[in-house]
Amino acid sequence: MTLLDYGPDAILMQGLDGRNWRLKDYEARDGYQALKKILTQRMKPEEVIAEVKKSALRGRGGAGFPTGLKWSFMPRQFAGPKYVVCNSDEGEPGTCKDRDLLRYNPHAVIEGMLIAGYAMSASAGYHYIHGEIWEIYEQFEEALAEAHAAGYVGNHILGSEFSFEMYAHPGYGAYICGEETALLESLEGKKGMPRFKPPFPASYGLYGKPTTINNTETFAAVPWIMRHGADAFLALGKPNNGGTKLFSVTGHVKRPGNYEVRLGTPFARLLEMAGGVRGGRKLKGVIPGGSSMPVLPADIMMATDMDYDSIAKAGSMLGSGAVIVMDDSTCMVRALERLSYFYFEESCGQCTPCREGTGWLYRVVHRIENGFGRMEDLALLDDVSDNIAGRTICALGDAAALPVKSFIKHFRAEFVHHIEHRGCLVHKDVEPKWGRVDAPHEPHLANHMAEAA
Amino acid sequence: MLSAESLKKLEREIAKYPPERKQSAVMSALIIAQDEKGWLSSEVLDFVARYLGMPSVAVYEVASFYAMYNLEPTGTYKLTLCTNLPCGLQGALDAADHLRQRLRINFNETTPDGHFTLKEGECFGACAMAPVLLVNNKKMHDYMSNEKLDRLLDELGRQ
Repeated sequence: MTLLDYGPDAILMQGLDGRNWRLKDYEARDGYQALKKILTQRMKPEEVIAEVKKSALRGRGGAGFPTGLKWSFMPRQFAGPKYVVCNSDEGEPGTCKDRDLLRYNPHAVIEGMLIAGYAMSASAGYHYIHGEIWEIYEQFEEALAEAHAAGYVGNHILGSEFSFEMYAHPGYGAYICGEETALLESLEGKKGMPRFKPPFPASYGLYGKPTTINNTETFAAVPWIMRHGADAFLALGKPNNGGTKLFSVTGHVKRPGNYEVRLGTPFARLLEMAGGVRGGRKLKGVIPGGSSMPVLPADIMMATDMDYDSIAKAGSMLGSGAVIVMDDSTCMVRALERLSYFYFEESCGQCTPCREGTGWLYRVVHRIENGFGRMEDLALLDDVSDNIAGRTICALGDAAALPVKSFIKHFRAEFVHHIEHRGCLVHKDVEPKWGRVDAPHEPHLANHMAEAA
Repeated sequence: MLSAESLKKLEREIAKYPPERKQSAVMSALIIAQDEKGWLSSEVLDFVARYLGMPSVAVYEVASFYAMYNLEPTGTYKLTLCTNLPCGLQGALDAADHLRQRLRINFNETTPDGHFTLKEGECFGACAMAPVLLVNNKKMHDYMSNEKLDRLLDELGRQ
């Protein structure tokens, strides 16, 4: 059986052939050894947290928050249940890494959640998996049943004092539930509307109990750290950016896919792994961390390394590690129009600046794209963006505003051309067809669209 | 209202949560109900509300908030295609045109024989494998070239 190729430095995706996801296969790859070690050596929970802190593992879902530090926020002395939640509500355009992790290595996520549960003295874990990957949801439940039957999950795990239950919970088509407090609301059986923070989930989370939410890939990295030590993990990346990271490379590359590389790997190397820009075309722009992050022009990207701090220095964010590559045939106005539609569609409607503002952003970019733009629209887009960002309960507002500001900042000439010439700066002959389908809108959007006319 | 088999599945979901937190199972309850009925009528929503001890309005809120619930009947096969930016850059729009031409319907429409409904979706988290198509929410098809789309439509059309 040929092994799946995630790159020479892969640790999370190493030794996987697409079929060896079951418990016995995972055990053959030293799976559950970290959990066994922790339980037989009776490691103190604080020691586990200290190790994760030292590894410089940072949240792989988007925010990049130090994982060990997050775990240390959970109250030690709390009488009552505490929860660990895994966030597999992967729906940030460009991001498709958790899907691969779950279908090829689900037990790594289960073991990571168990170790997290031990470190935070939690009693149960919920794994929120978005509904679009239903087959993987069912596969995870199968893996969980295997772990249960083998005594890794449940009461008195491997004969120890540690008991921990684990369940899978389905999402069903709401991007906002990737936001951790919206996810908690959804877990409680409500609309996924984010909660105001503080209180943070560590003090008031699921059912009002202390809760820690981490991304799938974050949990999957924990067993490796506990097996090989924090120093080894840290050494794979660079200071403050420990380990490897899965990057989903999409768009105009020869081989779109997931690649696991050491943090700090040059972007140029990652692009090369994905086969380079397809059709021998020229690189134009890259969104380095999922659709919510600012776009960067080719020259800046080609000089940037793929780690949290380097990308921040270059003016964007590593986010979820979704690298959207666009070549010189891409109309940046149309690209932004499609992204703005997404945020308009997915805004939960709770905060006025976001609910109304995302509609404004989409409608104005839409009219520029369709030749009805006015020069003052550029200032208007900037103004609307500024009135959304930082003025909403959750980060979806910022996520909608950041692309708009960065697209106009770096590709202003294209927007101006669209307005002045009612057409595209990119030559139509070379432009591949893509964008949003011009179809009748869903009923709930019909009124918004009438306003746009 | 729901079959014994559906209720058995639902009981298994309810058992995942603390006894006083049955509401947490509403997402699953609606998925199970939709799988059986094809869509969520107000009678079904009211039944779920009674079963889980929730106000009906709280169930309506959930059903209307999450995009994959059908609040009206669809064709036998609901086809949802992601057209978001990464998928679009990798040929999803060609797939969209092909589907529309072959089925002779637009998005948010159903073929006259009631066989297919076409929907445009937002990110499914499978971007590198574009074009990506979901059949009745549960079955994902990736790398959907026109040839693969034809094969799939032929196969579903025969059923």
